Amino acid sequence: MIGRTGGSDRRDLTNRDGMLKYLRDSMARNKPYDKLVHELVTATGTTKPGTDGFNGAVNFLVGKVNDEDATLATSSTSRIFLGQQVQCTQCHDHPFNQWKQQTFWEFNSFFRQARGLRRFNGNQMDIDHAELIDQDFAGQAGDPENAVIFYARRNGRTEAAAPRFIDGREVSASGFIEDSNRREALAAFMLESEFLDRMIVNRMWSTLLGYGFTRPVDDLGPHNPPSHPRLLEQLGEDFRASGYDLKRLLTWITASRSYGLDAELSSKNEVDDPTLGETPKFSRFYLRQMSAEQLYASMLVVGGDPGTGSYEDRERQRRQWLSRFVSAFGTDEGDESTSFNGSIPQALMMFNGDLTTQALDESPRGTLASIVRSEKSTKGRVNRMFRIALSRKPTAAEMQVAAAIHRRYGEERMLSDMWWAVLNSNEFIMQH
Amino acid sequence: MNFSRRHFASHLAGSFASASAAMHMGGAIAANADEMRKNRKSAILLWMSGGPATIDIWDLKPGAPTGGPFRPIATTGEGQICEHLPMMAEQMKHLSIVRSMSTREADHMRGRYYMHTGFAPNPNIEHPGYGSVMAHELIDQRPGLEIPPFVSIGGGSAGPGFLGMAWSPFEVDPNGRIRDLKTPGGRGDRLATRRAALRAIESGFIKRTRDTPATEHAAVLDKTMALMTSDQMKAFRVEQEPDAMKEKYGDDRFGQGCLLARRLVESGVPFVEVDFGGWDNHDNIFPTLQDDKLPKLDKAMSALVSDLVDRGMWEDTVVIWMGEFGRTPQINQDGGRDHFARAWSCVVGGGSLAGGKVIGSTNADGTAVDSDPYSSEDLMTTVCRGLNISTDKTFTSKNGRPMKIAGGGRVIEGLVS
Repeated sequence: MIGRTGGSDRRDLTNRDGMLKYLRDSMARNKPYDKLVHELVTATGTTKPGTDGFNGAVNFLVGKVNDEDATLATSSTSRIFLGQQVQCTQCHDHPFNQWKQQTFWEFNSFFRQARGLRRFNGNQMDIDHAELIDQDFAGQAGDPENAVIFYARRNGRTEAAAPRFIDGREVSASGFIEDSNRREALAAFMLESEFLDRMIVNRMWSTLLGYGFTRPVDDLGPHNPPSHPRLLEQLGEDFRASGYDLKRLLTWITASRSYGLDAELSSKNEVDDPTLGETPKFSRFYLRQMSAEQLYASMLVVGGDPGTGSYEDRERQRRQWLSRFVSAFGTDEGDESTSFNGSIPQALMMFNGDLTTQALDESPRGTLASIVRSEKSTKGRVNRMFRIALSRKPTAAEMQVAAAIHRRYGEERMLSDMWWAVLNSNEFIMQH
Repeated sequence: MNFSRRHFASHLAGSFASASAAMHMGGAIAANADEMRKNRKSAILLWMSGGPATIDIWDLKPGAPTGGPFRPIATTGEGQICEHLPMMAEQMKHLSIVRSMSTREADHMRGRYYMHTGFAPNPNIEHPGYGSVMAHELIDQRPGLEIPPFVSIGGGSAGPGFLGMAWSPFEVDPNGRIRDLKTPGGRGDRLATRRAALRAIESGFIKRTRDTPATEHAAVLDKTMALMTSDQMKAFRVEQEPDAMKEKYGDDRFGQGCLLARRLVESGVPFVEVDFGGWDNHDNIFPTLQDDKLPKLDKAMSALVSDLVDRGMWEDTVVIWMGEFGRTPQINQDGGRDHFARAWSCVVGGGSLAGGKVIGSTNADGTAVDSDPYSSEDLMTTVCRGLNISTDKTFTSKNGRPMKIAGGGRVIEGLVS
């Protein structure tokens, strides 16, 4: 919603803490998904926790409505929640999806009452936080009662657009809030759209299984048919019927046969390899890297979380660590890339970085010491180490390596080196 | 714990020893370095992230309503360029401008992908970018190379696609500092035992899953271990350059990145990309270019070209300057230019490519190419030719589909003799 870098730039109105707080609170309470979307699309209030009128939900849009006529708000809202890829249609009709340039600017019209305002720190010049508000919109034809906007066709002609949803339903073109709150109207349309259900189901499936029913996961429509249309539709309908219960959706998918399968490629399923461009058939679990965020959390769990410091301190450390692996392209779409992709910098970090050093801590409060304390025999300690990180006992071959190191260098070093190897192994780093 | 398996223990002791022997091979290889340096081709891509307004840089339209305020100046090559690139004007005899680039991808991510790979994005397959392809093709010329063959400075470049993780860009900051290179607490001597333990776990998992990510992970770990103990890593120590050299390139990120690129190429790295962002000038374009982007570009790029020439490396090093697309001739209401792929310019030179030329042209207001149009495929094909890389070669992507390097482009006429 704000990417890995949103809110990091000084000029960006987005407040990452505010966004995170809102999402954490919402997930903790298992807020129904329709309510969540409604809040994110219509929110007004301030961005920063602790300020007057704080509403963390505003952080989704506050950085996207002011610049370039809210085109980023338009493309993000339609893509993230409805799976509609519209960024190209800002300038021209789409060659192969149903979007026309007109549709883009009609959808865009819903955001034109929204405004992100800078709020200053006392009488100083520093921006302290921002506030997202709705205000009357005069339109570009000088008639607030009919507040249309204009855009240029490629042939040079100018066309007008007024708020109209992708299925053709319209609301009043008045720019006055009391006549029509455009973001409220948009949210109402969105909640009735079946794309809303399918998009979240597709996203959740993709998050858990590595691939969604379409590629890319957030591009739905007749031009890009899903691989398992009945499953996608049924899950979408059931999710809506469940009252948009995200926990239940998560449970359904994780309890499925597809999710429970092993990550094993054999002669029976070797054609089922999406990295070859094949449509995923979900005949096995697709082996893949954990994301940077997942690995960080996993390292804290198995490597011993120092457990000190406030939530804010810990969050800051986490963010600092993650920021190493992400770079923004600095473009108008907020594009970014991650170098957390299994290449050498990541391997160096896992070999020698802070998290690993912390996990190898030899002091009595370290994980290694607690493994030594909890088991009497050397073998038991190696067993425990494997169970903690890999949920299995070591194989005979692994035990033999441990024995060889033990013989030559003693138990302390053996345990430390084995622990290092376990945490660096493909089996730990990958989802399988 | 079972201590009776003597044969296994001795086998392992052997493997610790061979692991450390492998780590000391660097010295022997260095002796042959001079021999290998001959005929070794490299390329440096200067990537202008955001899409630079080439109409204000390489193909000016003074007097046209779309022309903007900048004046053209004469160069040592055929064409004129922007007045805010006076040092580059001196170097243009070495570089050629292709003014007839005409492409279709005007979205950042699509344009980035297309210009890096020579293929339009396709959700079902990932194509390798310039760096991965060229590193893959040029690696045989440097058998002793222990550092990554494809380095991306200050940005993300493009991925290795179906060539696999071993060909992905090694990303560094322009200061050349590499995090976590050394094992903390003086534990560097443990690499051998740690490696033996890691191998045992890795190989079991590879055997069970038989899936590519597991194999690739093991390959990356091997490369990482080689790099941790390699002398060649000093190529990254850009701070060891003389102050005069740092000053010549400029002390900003792009300048230092270009200097680092030269060091790396000199040390045998076949492909380096240097990222220079900030060209997505939808508003306030002219002050941004004049006061910030163009002076930095001028200094760093001219320093790089003249330095490569002075060191006798120009005939073996191709330099490419491009972004994902150009920008609209029309100046928008915010005093900026928007994305525009239909008519724009790239700059290339070095290797066996001709310098000083202007290839193709655009019409009077810069809205269309009025000569033979060239694509990303064509540019990539031409760069390959400049490096003596055959574009007849066909890669077989993992699904067995044959893939030509550079998507079957044609050579840009006039650049290759």
